[in-house]
Amino acid sequence: MSLYVTELRRLVKRRLTRVMLVLLVLGLAGVATALAFSSQQRSPAVIAQARADADAQYRQAVKDWEKGIAECEAAQGRGEQTEERYGPNCGRDWQPQPEMFDPEWSLPYEFDFRDEFSVLVAVFAGAVALFGFVVGASFVGAEWHTGGMMNLLLWRPKRLAVLGAKLAALLSLLAGVTVLLGAIWTAVFWLIASTRGSTAKVTAGVWQSTGLSGLRALALILAAGAVAFALASLGRHTSMALGVAIGVAVVSEIGMRIGMEVAGVAFGDRYVLSTYAMAWFQKQHKLFDYDACNLVQGSCEPAELVVTWQQSGLLFGIGSALALVAAFWTMRRRDVA
Amino acid sequence: MSAVLEIEGLRKTYKSRRRGVRNALDGFDMRVEAGQVHGFLGPNGSGKTTTLRTLLGLIRPDGGRMAVLGQEVPAALPTVAGQVGAIVESPQFFPHFTARDTLSLLAGAGEVPVTRVDEVLELVGLRDRAGERVKTYSLGMKQRLAVASALLKNPKLLILDEPANGLDPGGIREMRTLMRDLAESGMTVVLSSHILGEIQLICDSVTIISLGRRVAFGPVDQVLAAHSLGTVRVRLDAAEDLAAAAEVLGRSGVPVTRHPDHLMLSGVEKPASVSRLLAEHHLYVSELAPVSVDLESVFLELTNTAPVPGQHRQVDESVRIGGAEQSGRAGGGWGA
Repeated sequence: MSLYVTELRRLVKRRLTRVMLVLLVLGLAGVATALAFSSQQRSPAVIAQARADADAQYRQAVKDWEKGIAECEAAQGRGEQTEERYGPNCGRDWQPQPEMFDPEWSLPYEFDFRDEFSVLVAVFAGAVALFGFVVGASFVGAEWHTGGMMNLLLWRPKRLAVLGAKLAALLSLLAGVTVLLGAIWTAVFWLIASTRGSTAKVTAGVWQSTGLSGLRALALILAAGAVAFALASLGRHTSMALGVAIGVAVVSEIGMRIGMEVAGVAFGDRYVLSTYAMAWFQKQHKLFDYDACNLVQGSCEPAELVVTWQQSGLLFGIGSALALVAAFWTMRRRDVA
Repeated sequence: MSAVLEIEGLRKTYKSRRRGVRNALDGFDMRVEAGQVHGFLGPNGSGKTTTLRTLLGLIRPDGGRMAVLGQEVPAALPTVAGQVGAIVESPQFFPHFTARDTLSLLAGAGEVPVTRVDEVLELVGLRDRAGERVKTYSLGMKQRLAVASALLKNPKLLILDEPANGLDPGGIREMRTLMRDLAESGMTVVLSSHILGEIQLICDSVTIISLGRRVAFGPVDQVLAAHSLGTVRVRLDAAEDLAAAAEVLGRSGVPVTRHPDHLMLSGVEKPASVSRLLAEHHLYVSELAPVSVDLESVFLELTNTAPVPGQHRQVDESVRIGGAEQSGRAGGGWGA
């Protein structure tokens, strides 16, 4: 227990942890502020104004249409060719209709908590996962690199207990930060929706779904931190984890995508990691094989492949577990030289 | 006297596809008695740090036996670790932590009372700078912090690898006094250092390692006596008689080295016999002085690491004094 508490203290005292936490909070605050400023509640006055604007646009369009017909007829009277400029029948068939000017288009953006908060949960999870990855990698990588791990092992010559205490401290911090910031994130957007947006149709079911999204976000954040921790421990350097992350981003997100496209592999995106991240948050993610369509023969319903959140969970879970097992195994076996 | 540290036949081999096999430790033995300050000496790459790391559980040995405070290690290391304080090479600390933070985190990990932190800070002279970040410390101050971290547990066995590294002359003297005080309080200190004058001053006994093997051990005065080789300096009343004296001594089987104003003899068991022999040939001695060896010369002789003009000795190599022949890399070097 004392080792765990000490490691938690060490993690919190680290400058990188504090700097990254400040950057994370600033980043999240920036997103919330931008959304708060761009959202405007659709009050009856705003809706009436939008309707008036749409009506004015319609009337102006009718005037322009009538003017065009008059100009066309005048040109025909002068014996000029008009069809190219005004269209057949001087464009009389193109009379503007009121439904072409939907007041909705004139309404300002209004943040809808029910429809849009799930996306913001994903944004939050991505930001905190990045925080967890960097802090997790550095927590063990810098210890190896500076000799701090050797110092610690001289004090507590129980390698697995030391690495386990460090991992537990990291995951505790990430869980605490996620829960605390997640609660604030939810409260802030609820406040924005209440004052500058809409909280309509937010039922108990919506809250339940939001809660489950939050749990999935927490799992992803913990997995990101654990994988970074494991990679940095395997390589005994922070850059090992960051290098693998960049490598995966380049190979999976760019290389694999292009390679599969060139090779004509159906549902090539199933080999791309971000597909599974999206499925994890959206519960499922559909991939379409448009290459199977022959559009010359008319419309086509492309074949689809559904990636579920359970599949994503299995992939991320097995990946994280393998990385951690490898890290603990090498910690037990390798010399500390 | 009971042994606090025992090592027998310790072996550690590194294998590399590119460089072959290297025996970092090749049947190394060591024994340190309780309450002693014990010097652990060896040239760079001789296996000192590997020995300490193996003893402290950082490196897995390939063979041999080790015991600390009467318990077999590494098996009993978790049990005895609380009684062993160690610094291996120059430990690095997080630059943004203060000295007090650094020590208090270590104290937490080792379940040591936090009050001990101030005690050791006082002991190593860092009390007034304890609140400053380690990155502002000089090398000597970091070394003091390292020693403080090793003392934190109030250990029975203190292992210090180059503790005087970076210390100013005053600091070296303070460290010497500290080592002696600790030994007098009952603590056993194992000191690895290249400052051989310091070792000779403060250590009761030494172990010298070369190419992964022990080449000398025992109380310092015994090691020095065993390697003094009966060297005697001889001066004569008349310097022009040196050639004749050298001839007389050479004929009687005494190895002689001529210098412009004196002769150096070796292997002389009774200096008085030299005086008598020369007097019989009407050569009169004005000075007959046994030359005492110091630890440095013994070290250089035993490890074959004395500088030889025109040669650039590489790490892991031992060069024979007085010749270009290399003793090879059979022990510590990368071999086939």
